[in-house]
Amino acid sequence: MAEPRKVIPIAAAPEVGSVSMYTSEATIHARSVHGWFAAWRWALVWGTQIVFYGLPWLMWNNRPAMLFDLGSRRFYIFNLVLYPQDFIYLTGLLILSAYGLFLFTAVAGRLWCGYACPQTVYTEIFMWVEHHFEGDRQARIKLDKSGWNFNKLWRRGGKHAVWIVIGLWTGFTFVGYFTPIRTLGAEVMSLGLGPWETFWTLFYGFATYGNAGFMREQVCKYMCPYARFQSAMFDHDTLIISYDEKRGEQRGARARTADKAALGLGDCVDCTLCVQVCPTGIDIRKGLQYECIGCAACIDVCDTVMDKLDYPRGLIRYATQRSLAEGGAALTLKRVLRPRVLIYSAVLVLIAGGFVASLALRAPLRVDVVRDRGSLARIVDEGRIENVYRLQVMNNTEFAQRYRFAVSGIAGAQALVRSDTTLAPAESRWVPVAVQVPPEQAQALGPGAHKLMFQVTREADAERAEVSVNEKSTFVVPR
Amino acid sequence: MSDFFNSGWSIFIAAVTILGLVGCLALLFGASRRKVMSATDNTTGHVWDGDLQELNNPLPRWWMMLFIITVVFGAIYLALYPGLGARAGTLQWSSTGEHQADVVAARAQIAPLYARFNALAPEALAKDAQAMALGERLFVNNCAQCHGSNARGSKGFPNLTDTDWLWGGAPETIMQTIREGRNGNMPPMAAAVGTSEEVRNVANYVLSLSDSPHNSVAAQLGRPKFAACAACHGADGKGNNALGSANLTDKIWLHGWGEDAIVRMVNEGKHNVMPAHKDRLSEDQIRVLGTYVWSFSQPGSLTAQR
Repeated sequence: MAEPRKVIPIAAAPEVGSVSMYTSEATIHARSVHGWFAAWRWALVWGTQIVFYGLPWLMWNNRPAMLFDLGSRRFYIFNLVLYPQDFIYLTGLLILSAYGLFLFTAVAGRLWCGYACPQTVYTEIFMWVEHHFEGDRQARIKLDKSGWNFNKLWRRGGKHAVWIVIGLWTGFTFVGYFTPIRTLGAEVMSLGLGPWETFWTLFYGFATYGNAGFMREQVCKYMCPYARFQSAMFDHDTLIISYDEKRGEQRGARARTADKAALGLGDCVDCTLCVQVCPTGIDIRKGLQYECIGCAACIDVCDTVMDKLDYPRGLIRYATQRSLAEGGAALTLKRVLRPRVLIYSAVLVLIAGGFVASLALRAPLRVDVVRDRGSLARIVDEGRIENVYRLQVMNNTEFAQRYRFAVSGIAGAQALVRSDTTLAPAESRWVPVAVQVPPEQAQALGPGAHKLMFQVTREADAERAEVSVNEKSTFVVPR
Repeated sequence: MSDFFNSGWSIFIAAVTILGLVGCLALLFGASRRKVMSATDNTTGHVWDGDLQELNNPLPRWWMMLFIITVVFGAIYLALYPGLGARAGTLQWSSTGEHQADVVAARAQIAPLYARFNALAPEALAKDAQAMALGERLFVNNCAQCHGSNARGSKGFPNLTDTDWLWGGAPETIMQTIREGRNGNMPPMAAAVGTSEEVRNVANYVLSLSDSPHNSVAAQLGRPKFAACAACHGADGKGNNALGSANLTDKIWLHGWGEDAIVRMVNEGKHNVMPAHKDRLSEDQIRVLGTYVWSFSQPGSLTAQR
């Protein structure tokens, strides 16, 4: 006899109505804010943007200090000349950035998002422009609602004009990392910009204009993966922007002179300024939310309110979940030095050390060995066995280098090259090298492939000592 | 050239592509009109297992616009570029065409350099380090596959660094060889020479010309039979550049050394081809490359091996 199957009823809650599967989210008019953390953000805006806009103009060794020359596949970074073969350094840089991000996030939450992310930085700049044309939050809301008149036209028009100029300049600067910016400037002046330069200038300019002017918090909420995995990097000892619920509740309005204890109220006056300044439009008093980019605007504004009421600052502050629950300082040595922080730091130090050491010890030349495939080996004068190789020699420096070639690993082996092996600055050249082994030695080795080591030496000149690079290959003795 | 063996497939692919685009649009349109139930607390109102609720977080509308933009982009792309079956697109773009345009642009860019090279005689050009560096690149990309990276050849592929030339070693002749290619033909000569014994005697005579190890009695016997070979290789066996016949008096053996190898050549003949490069290389490039190859055999040149 079959038992009746257990039925889990789907209980329908009272339905209120139906909604579309897509929504048009309301524009957030964040109120402007001043304070300690806002000042920090502006410091980082200045710092990062002076570097970004300024670096392409900086000259070094008679060329731009930073130039990624895609056409000739050379990447100049101050004294470094990198080849596509040096791609590993980009990998290293990305790993360093990732671990840096992990570490900072574990200790102090979304510092990157709040202060240094280009999305935040450009939004900050664009909001500053907006503020100057259209006024603060209330004025902007009013302007949004008003009909089109002269006032709205010039304020809106002016704002967009300035935004577009900033966007275009940003696009121009971006392309200036790939084409020397002075050349690019001259091309713009003579209307001789190449098709790809034009495309990237406009595209990057448009991306800046669109993301910082219109998309704003939508980028953080729907495009950026970081917000979605922040909870995997946070723990109870991570500094996050927190509303001190114990201290704030019961929230409510009161006269400045009123005795809050008598009214049964906490410190929160429910002025909603923290919501008005929030660039993502959330209420921090609901606790940690994935939308929170950690910009601390709510801390700055709440502190001004606390000051007015003569309450202690920090109703909203950087705090850890543990410090809020258990009390005590948020960042004690014991709480900061937990395993994940120690492991992230150790990995970061290790990789950073390796990265710096690898760059510092980088040889002024690089060699790749490719055997000739057409004929593995041939017999030449006096019965000597000859193998032919092509050595791709890359000059990693910005001065001419003269090279010498030698082989080791097989007794009597001799390397023969054309007489001229001087490479121009940053030049890469295939150098044919013949290696000959005397017949008696070849006989002793027997048929087959034998290990061979190439040694390419940058010859010493007036200023520099000689440097050698070794590369492995094989020598084939035919049957 | 169409990639389809009949036009029906082309139409089929184009129809599937267009239907796909239209289907995407229809889906987007339908989804944007559709309403779903929602309760006040931003859930769908469904509760499972007592307390499991489903949140209703609608996508932002601009996200749907991105979908529409991709469809529009796709339609424009298919109109401009190949993609709809065998249709070439209004821009008539092809990878071959783009490559050819790149080649034309690169040649225009490098034209001043070649103009300078063209003003120099081969002797002067061979002393120009820039020209020789260019020649080296051309050689490595076009010649090294057969002649080896250091141009010393291999069995069947001539060594270009010695002074022994099948078709002549003057710069102009080398350029001609690169431009038009060469068709070397040694016919099977056994019938003209005689018996296999007589072929072996001739082979020994040939070896004696270069003073290589040989049977001198056989060589003496083979001497009169060499008349059959002399038509091309000359009575003295020194070959003829006009015919591309090999010099038999040096110790250079392109197709193998020794009695057996020579016997095989006489019996079977040999057809050896150097392909023409005039369609791959420009006349300017051929001039630099020819001079580069010529320079190998010039004592004390930039390209001499040490």
